[in-house]
Amino acid sequence: MVNIFIIFLSAVIVNNYVLVNFLGICPFIGVSKKISPAVSMGMATTFVMTLTSAVSWLINKYILEGLNLQFLQTVSFILVIASLVQLVEMFVKKISKPLYDALGIFLPLITTNCAILGVALFLVLKEYNFIESIIFGFSAGVGFTLAIVIMAGIREELELADVPEYFKGAAITMIVAGCLALAFMGFSGLI
Amino acid sequence: MAKKITLSREFLKGLWDENPVLRMLLGLCPALAVTNSGINGLSMGLAVIFTLVMSSAIISLARNIIPNEVRIPTFIIVIATFVTIADKMLAAYFPDISKALGPFVPLIVVNCIILGRQEAFSSKNSVGRAVIDAFGMSIGFTITLTILGSFRELFGVGTIFAVQIMPDSFEPLMVMVLQPGAFLTLGLMIGIGNWLNARRAK
Repeated sequence: MVNIFIIFLSAVIVNNYVLVNFLGICPFIGVSKKISPAVSMGMATTFVMTLTSAVSWLINKYILEGLNLQFLQTVSFILVIASLVQLVEMFVKKISKPLYDALGIFLPLITTNCAILGVALFLVLKEYNFIESIIFGFSAGVGFTLAIVIMAGIREELELADVPEYFKGAAITMIVAGCLALAFMGFSGLI
Repeated sequence: MAKKITLSREFLKGLWDENPVLRMLLGLCPALAVTNSGINGLSMGLAVIFTLVMSSAIISLARNIIPNEVRIPTFIIVIATFVTIADKMLAAYFPDISKALGPFVPLIVVNCIILGRQEAFSSKNSVGRAVIDAFGMSIGFTITLTILGSFRELFGVGTIFAVQIMPDSFEPLMVMVLQPGAFLTLGLMIGIGNWLNARRAK
């Protein structure tokens, strides 16, 4: 139980996926203009991440390791992710059209969200068991949601700020992200 | 094809006008994660050049036989194959670099630049153009990463490509090689890029 709590805390705060491990930067910059799409993006990502970690753990353990095919890890994980994203996309389109429109191009782009493949690769690297993997995938998603929602909150305020002309948009976002990363460094040593 | 662009334009646009990192904000994850030194940035760039050029060539060759509905999975499989090759080659011949880049080499698969170019360019253009476009884009990416890495290395450790540049009295700014330094430096580079672009437009 303690172990699971540590995995959760570490993935959400100490080793935050976006700000410490630099995974999932593209949606972090792309979908963080407003809070509500940021929340939906975070939820979609968390959902796909949890599913991915469960499925890729099983594939790695029982198919790839069993047949000694570890070099196919990257290829098979990305296939799992691509099909899961397709599934989520059909699901979202069916239940909520406005959400589907809000996520737009970024929903298929979850496939190329490095955070998701990163989760699959990291859980093999860290040799988690099945339950730990699922917790890890879920908490990585929560960490991603936390970072993107904080960022969206700051950017909504930033609209009103007096930013130098050439630094408007992506440049100032990067610099704000730098300050956030600096703040998150304060959590290192917590575990 | 909608409009004919000369081949040299096709190549040059990747270096500046459509520079993947600075102008289009694609492939930011590796750009931030591995650029704690110039040499890491450069090797990441080289791995991306290899993957992008090879997969653009293959996908452009196969563009008429890939069914439209399954094009994304097909692109990803082709890309993943070349990334696995690059990953294993790095691990075999340059174990130190492979260790420093860690899981970011397999993560090239999900680098948005590569899939983006296949979707936007290779699947619609001839092999020659696709390869030239791929070279331009990936070289633009490599140059950006090398500059970013060298800058962070210069202020974080006082060296560029492990050659001492700063005087001994220089106090290294550790934060530049840590995570916040990556965001801050890239933010500055994008801002300066905007400024240069605006000046050139005048």
